Amino acid sequence: MIEFQHVSFGYEKNRQVLRDLSFRIERGEAVGLVGPNGAGKSSVMKLLLGLLEGEGQILVDGLPVRRDTLPEIRRKLGFVLQSSDNQMFMPTVYEDMIFAPLNYKLSREEAEARVDEVLARLGLEELKHRYNHKISGGEKRMAAIATILAMKPEAILMDEPSSALDPYNRRVIINTICTLPQTKLIASHDLDMILDTCERVILLSEGHIIADGPAEKLLQDRALLEANRLELPLSLVGRTPRNAAE
Amino acid sequence: MQKAMHELAEMDELAMRSSPIHELHPLAKLITTIIYILITLSYDKYNLSGLVPMLLWPILLFTISGIEVRICFYKLRIVLPLVMAVGLFNPFFDRAIMLRIGPLAVSGGVFSMLTLMIKGLYCLMASFLLMATTPIDSLCAALRQLHVPKILVTLLLLTYRYVGVMTEELAVMTDAYLLRAPGQKGIHISAWGSFLGQLLLRSMDRAQELYAAMLLRGYNQQFHYAEARPFRIRDALYLLGCILFFLLLRTVKVAQLLGGMLVR
Repeated sequence: MIEFQHVSFGYEKNRQVLRDLSFRIERGEAVGLVGPNGAGKSSVMKLLLGLLEGEGQILVDGLPVRRDTLPEIRRKLGFVLQSSDNQMFMPTVYEDMIFAPLNYKLSREEAEARVDEVLARLGLEELKHRYNHKISGGEKRMAAIATILAMKPEAILMDEPSSALDPYNRRVIINTICTLPQTKLIASHDLDMILDTCERVILLSEGHIIADGPAEKLLQDRALLEANRLELPLSLVGRTPRNAAE
Repeated sequence: MQKAMHELAEMDELAMRSSPIHELHPLAKLITTIIYILITLSYDKYNLSGLVPMLLWPILLFTISGIEVRICFYKLRIVLPLVMAVGLFNPFFDRAIMLRIGPLAVSGGVFSMLTLMIKGLYCLMASFLLMATTPIDSLCAALRQLHVPKILVTLLLLTYRYVGVMTEELAVMTDAYLLRAPGQKGIHISAWGSFLGQLLLRSMDRAQELYAAMLLRGYNQQFHYAEARPFRIRDALYLLGCILFFLLLRTVKVAQLLGGMLVR
């Protein structure tokens, strides 16, 4: 479904963020993209969406990411931004959700039916006519996911979906992600969330793929994680940080 | 700053309320407002008595829409004094006496100043009423129906949306500044340059991310402003009724007529 072939990218000429990156994600896979700050996780997503241009080739469903293929590629990929405030730019949740279906030439009736269907699936009917500036952070994150699902994308990319959420809302988001049947690529520092939602993990550091393998196995490798400024997920440590300190 | 953000959002909420005026077709409301403004501006600079009855229309709209007049004046509190100041110098330039009330002589300059102030006030009230009873995207849809170029309409809509983004950034920066500048009122002049520069950069960053969010959801320089609503008989009657009402106020000297009736 998604393929990176020798992709390199840098914001400045002599400072590469991604170096010769190659990997492949199959349809229906849920992949976690982990790594320290500045590892290039967000750049991978932006390159995939054509928001940045790098060297090498990126394929989505066999289609190369190029200027002329972007509309088709972006229709296949839904991107949940890290900041829901930036994702939700219309006054109400409903208007935000109907934005993409109308752009994709659905009639207003069809678009509205799709909005209702997604809201019902996520149990968010109550949010439909709420103002974006009046809903909580957790509700806004759920609404942001709903706006993407209303596009009916084939794959969903998420940048730090659990950041700045309280434990309850974080759990709601995790449960929601687990129910999504689409191909998923999730960039996050929240390794517990990655463990709960992804079967495979790609560990990036300084623009390289350091490791790529099953989440259960890779996220238990304390030495590997610590060498890359990460920590074992708390659920695998089996004790609270307070105990750990003792 | 938080207040300014809240006020912006409040306009959206006002526009989403329900009333017979809110439910009218945006195009009918837009055309009516434009005609009202044009007719108001067409009054002679000394025709104060003719202008006064034009207040009837905003009063009617305030009453039917259920929007409180105080909200209007509160929202216009910054721009209103500027509009009022437009004719302030007229009494100094136009000193010809036009009316004597006992010992009091009223010059043409005073009349023209009052006329200008009232015209400004009416135009602002009419614009406010349009904004407060019509969501911005419906308004943009109406502008497109009037064949206003797409680029201008999109510019208007995005400006309206991005004003909020800039205000939010300004709020965050002002809070961060004031928390580290105890006892200081506002931003010190020495920090204005870097403050404005940072504000611009941050706003641009956010605007770019917002734009990316739009692009990734299929935005192709075309907004689907609002649900296409049929132009019903009710809308046509409102439009026609308003135009006739304005023409009546413009052609018949209502103030004199009422005054004459009272004297009789």
